[in-house]
Amino acid sequence: MKLTYRDAMREALREALRTDPNVILIGEDIGKYGGTYAVTKGLLDEFGPERVRDAPLSESAFVGAGVGAAIAGMRPIVEVMTVNFSLLALDQIVNGAAALRHMSGGQIEVPLVIRMATGAGRQVAAQHSHSLENWYAHVPGLRVLAPATVADARGMLAVALRERDPVVIFEHVQLYGDEDELAPAPAAVDLDHAAIRRPGKDATIITYGGSLPRALAAATQLAQAGIDTEVIDLRTLRPLDGDTLVASLTRTHRAVIVDEGWRTGSLAGEVAALLGERAFWELDAPIGRVCSAEVPMPYAKHLELAALPSAERIVAAVKVVLACPEDRRDETPK
Amino acid sequence: MTPTRDQALAMLRAMTRIRRLEERCAEDYAAGKIRGFLHLYIGEEAIAAGVIPALHAKDAIIGTYREHGHALLRGVSADSIMAEMYGKSGGCARGRGGSMHLFSREHRFYGGHAIVGGGLPVAVGVALADKLRGTGAIACVFFGDGAAAEGEFHEALNLAALWKLPVLFVCENNRYAMGTALEREHAEPEIHKLAASHRIGAEAIDGMDVLAVTEAATQAIERVRETSAPWFLECATYRFRAHSMFDPELYRDKAEVETWKKRDPIAAFTKRAADVIGEADVAAIEAEVTAEIAKACAFAEASPPEPVEDLLLDVRAP
Repeated sequence: MKLTYRDAMREALREALRTDPNVILIGEDIGKYGGTYAVTKGLLDEFGPERVRDAPLSESAFVGAGVGAAIAGMRPIVEVMTVNFSLLALDQIVNGAAALRHMSGGQIEVPLVIRMATGAGRQVAAQHSHSLENWYAHVPGLRVLAPATVADARGMLAVALRERDPVVIFEHVQLYGDEDELAPAPAAVDLDHAAIRRPGKDATIITYGGSLPRALAAATQLAQAGIDTEVIDLRTLRPLDGDTLVASLTRTHRAVIVDEGWRTGSLAGEVAALLGERAFWELDAPIGRVCSAEVPMPYAKHLELAALPSAERIVAAVKVVLACPEDRRDETPK
Repeated sequence: MTPTRDQALAMLRAMTRIRRLEERCAEDYAAGKIRGFLHLYIGEEAIAAGVIPALHAKDAIIGTYREHGHALLRGVSADSIMAEMYGKSGGCARGRGGSMHLFSREHRFYGGHAIVGGGLPVAVGVALADKLRGTGAIACVFFGDGAAAEGEFHEALNLAALWKLPVLFVCENNRYAMGTALEREHAEPEIHKLAASHRIGAEAIDGMDVLAVTEAATQAIERVRETSAPWFLECATYRFRAHSMFDPELYRDKAEVETWKKRDPIAAFTKRAADVIGEADVAAIEAEVTAEIAKACAFAEASPPEPVEDLLLDVRAP
């Protein structure tokens, strides 16, 4: 059946509500309004206000209530409208949810799922557009997911709900309208491994979330120029699946990391460090990074586009890592 | 209320257990056996001793970083509390939490939260779970006057009132947010009025009087359970010791401290209950508590440290 990414998330939530009476949804405008991105549309009517709970604009309180409800036996799924707003709930996520199991000597479980939209591309400027996945991927105690395909949007939640720890799910706003044909029975998603979305032999493009379509578009353009790139979707941003990345580098020897976050302190930086530690002797060129420009996201369309990773910038970066040995030879004194 | 002899003995025993345990903590801190931050409750014991015995076993408690006494009265053993302070494997958080993060799932004692105000939303969520599951349990959350300046305080009160959740909010107003005096911190220093503005039933009581706290808490707990709506107790109290062991107390007058010490909840209660408990009872309780603490310290001393190989244990479920 044909589903959008948005529909797929909704189906996953519906399935969770149907199969586990302890599942409740909490979030801003998820009920009567139907969800800012219409993901939860119809769920209030279907499951009622006890289980689909519109929350006041109190990110800290309703995320914290999710933590408390999880501790006391419920299976809450909390929606925070965007990652930008989630900063108001950082205390509950970082000091609370992520820390409680360890800090209590293993006694207190927080089986909480927190969903949030992330990313730019809708001209909503510097307080609604940023990609702060790396903030959460930094924190021990969390699992961080970034479904990049309709199938992952449909299948990841059920697997996340089997965890006994807090899981943060990032849904890139540019993906909600993506469509795909899915089998009626959702496939279980392997959360422990990155996915090779396109096999290739000349270079590896590593990305996640909303940058996957751009990376695949870049790979198509590069193929037309005779360059065969492998595209890897990280899927799980914490813990990172280093093995799949290292194995790919062992085949291609060149890598470009595409990350919509800002370059400084980015996930791209973490992946590059991991490859430097584990695959240094496999590398034939310095690792390339395509990240967002180091600027609060501007409103004007052309400025926003200029700030974001694009297929063109990815193509250019891949060509740089492929050109590297020649460049070095040119620099060798004759 | 006029306590029976048994009630009076229980109240005195509860307050004495906290006082003596914490006095020993201060000594052990000086001796280097306890490290990190150590926040003592000495002077404020009447609140925990009034509220916690009035709760049912199925109710949940969420505390602050000044929670040794709350854990102890809830039934967490002195052994496991002292071992936690010593950072040992026999501690109630196996040495991961320390003084500020005591936990016992078995007792529904959900911390031990050291971000001021951070426990309030958690309590709201625990109450939500209990309400949805129909357990009849309530959540009781303790916090100080400082927490009332946090956004989370107002967010949590609003949510509890809006969703009609069975939460008992217990504000232990000791007049200082760390070193900042109440009137230098709050435009409205009568904290219960903030709760009332969220349409939560709220009252201000004498937190130095264990009888007053017991009476108010018993009624409040019954009301919260019956109505499934929050209630707010503001307990006026005072901490006799420094904020933590690193506090030179430059911000308050010694005379003020001395004035409050004259209202010592244990001494005042012992005097007031003199018609039902005598010197022999006090001595018996002291002996019993001394033995309990000596045993706890011996247990903590003998408890092995956690193996370093287990450093990363319990970061995520296996």
